[in-house]
Amino acid sequence: MRLIVHNMLTCNIKGVVNKFPLRIEAEKVIKKDVDFNPDFLRHMLAKIEWKALVDGARSMGYTELPDHAPALESDEPFLKKFHHALLELNLEEGSLVCQETGRKFPVEKGVPNMLLHEDEV
Amino acid sequence: MKLKQLEGLLGDLQQFSNPKVELEQYPTGPHIASRMLFTAENSYGDITDKVVADFGCGCGTLSAAASLLDAACVIGFDIDPQSLETASLNADELEVEIDFVQCDITKLELKGQIVDTVVMNPPFGTRKKGADMEFLSAAMKVASQAVYSLHKTSTREHIKRAALRDFNAKSAEVICELRYDLPKLYKFHKRKEVDIAVDLWRFEPRQN
Repeated sequence: MRLIVHNMLTCNIKGVVNKFPLRIEAEKVIKKDVDFNPDFLRHMLAKIEWKALVDGARSMGYTELPDHAPALESDEPFLKKFHHALLELNLEEGSLVCQETGRKFPVEKGVPNMLLHEDEV
Repeated sequence: MKLKQLEGLLGDLQQFSNPKVELEQYPTGPHIASRMLFTAENSYGDITDKVVADFGCGCGTLSAAASLLDAACVIGFDIDPQSLETASLNADELEVEIDFVQCDITKLELKGQIVDTVVMNPPFGTRKKGADMEFLSAAMKVASQAVYSLHKTSTREHIKRAALRDFNAKSAEVICELRYDLPKLYKFHKRKEVDIAVDLWRFEPRQN
């Protein structure tokens, strides 16, 4: 699971208000190179929840992202860090934790399991 | 990439080893999958450099096609762990990067406007009534740019009405009509092969 996916996942347990973001508990993280596409990244900058990305990246061991995205989008060193965090960090094993209920959604072989139990629907 | 090349690559993918009838698991053949995604990109620019979600991805044929057409990010969603396992292997074989999420699409809530395009070959609703509409409703909530979906031609008027009236569609067009070849997959199938008329739809959501 990459952080671009984490940035859209919410806890869909019935009645939960604080559904996003899910906290990451990382057990195994691997890095896979992805081609750098600055136009795509600039386009994504407006759509990404920045704090969720920074916190998610930190949980996966990457601390280079600034607390706020810079005003100058064309800043290439920044875009490279953004690229790395968003697309190159892969959570292979771990959990996504609902901040309200503590419920853990397991991540195995890179696939988060968001299926709810019967009493959570 | 040329259409023929895309179709060839998709034809090599592994498909369901033990298809589950209650989930209406049928492979999306390389002929349909290649044409669907090729049209989405060449006629509408909805795939290359976009974030593409594949709802009910099964073994990942549509996801693979989107990746091969240079989507910036492809995410496959499915409820069945065995299919997702096969889909992951297919992605590895093709050396493409696809993220997968295991979930019930009807209960999924995705935040924000990150997904540009949803592509899907949803269940037709022959096992779980209304499944086709549930998938369409879910897709229209998630896509910010377009939804491509296959539905039986016999449901055409029903789909158009529901999309425009209930699912926030700005437009709902049948791009083409295809014949879906379903080989005999399940024991209860009497004929060796059956041919269903399906519509390839393109829906545009209204901007939120």
